[in-house]
Amino acid sequence: MSRYTLATSIFNRFTGVGLSLGLLLLTYWLMAVAAGARDYARALTLLSSAGAKLVYALLIVAFCYHLVAGIRHLVWDTGRGLERAQSQRSAYLVVAVSIVLMLVLAWLWFAGVHAR
Amino acid sequence: MSLRSPLRRVLGLGSAQSGVHHWWEQRLTSVALVPLSIWFVVSLLALPSLGHATVVAWMGQSSTALLLVIFVLVAARHSQLGVQVVVEDYVHGTGARTLTLVLVSFAHVLIAAAGVFAVLRVAFRAAP
Repeated sequence: MSRYTLATSIFNRFTGVGLSLGLLLLTYWLMAVAAGARDYARALTLLSSAGAKLVYALLIVAFCYHLVAGIRHLVWDTGRGLERAQSQRSAYLVVAVSIVLMLVLAWLWFAGVHAR
Repeated sequence: MSLRSPLRRVLGLGSAQSGVHHWWEQRLTSVALVPLSIWFVVSLLALPSLGHATVVAWMGQSSTALLLVIFVLVAARHSQLGVQVVVEDYVHGTGARTLTLVLVSFAHVLIAAAGVFAVLRVAFRAAP
């Protein structure tokens, strides 16, 4: 196995575990919404802290990468793209596409809904 | 000598009698999560604000509540299956591994139930 194939595979796991922690955050947010306006406002101060913003940035990276790399895995499952040259090319493609997606999402999130 | 063909022996059955079930379920949840997660992210980004009233109005819609419930359930299952593989690969020793897997399962059921309960609580309160 070549180096980037190994790296893309490990990073897919790594981001997956990160997103599992993101699921915890999602549940916390849903529970805060359900708890009512006053509790939600209190949770929102925590959810808009600098630490939370760092978590969102990491989650955006994890989500974009895991989504794109996951689609690559689903393509592999159909028996396509498994040749060495193809998987090298798709490794670069996954990194390139997910980085573009990360930048777009980060911009939309931090300059958009989160800023309002 | 066994009269069963090699294909018959591997079809859906391994030593655990469950065969490719884990793999298959991981793929099913993956396929479902592509549109579900994109829907969730786009919906969040499309919200005019993250204020309580806005979020409650959004979550109070039947379609939103339904998709959120499905998203939480599928994401939790996908997460559980994924973390399970990581635990199986990196936690050594039968006792420690089993204990970790039990805790991972319980944690995911708790997360899924709490998430679904929260969404339904908001949705039913908003229901006319």
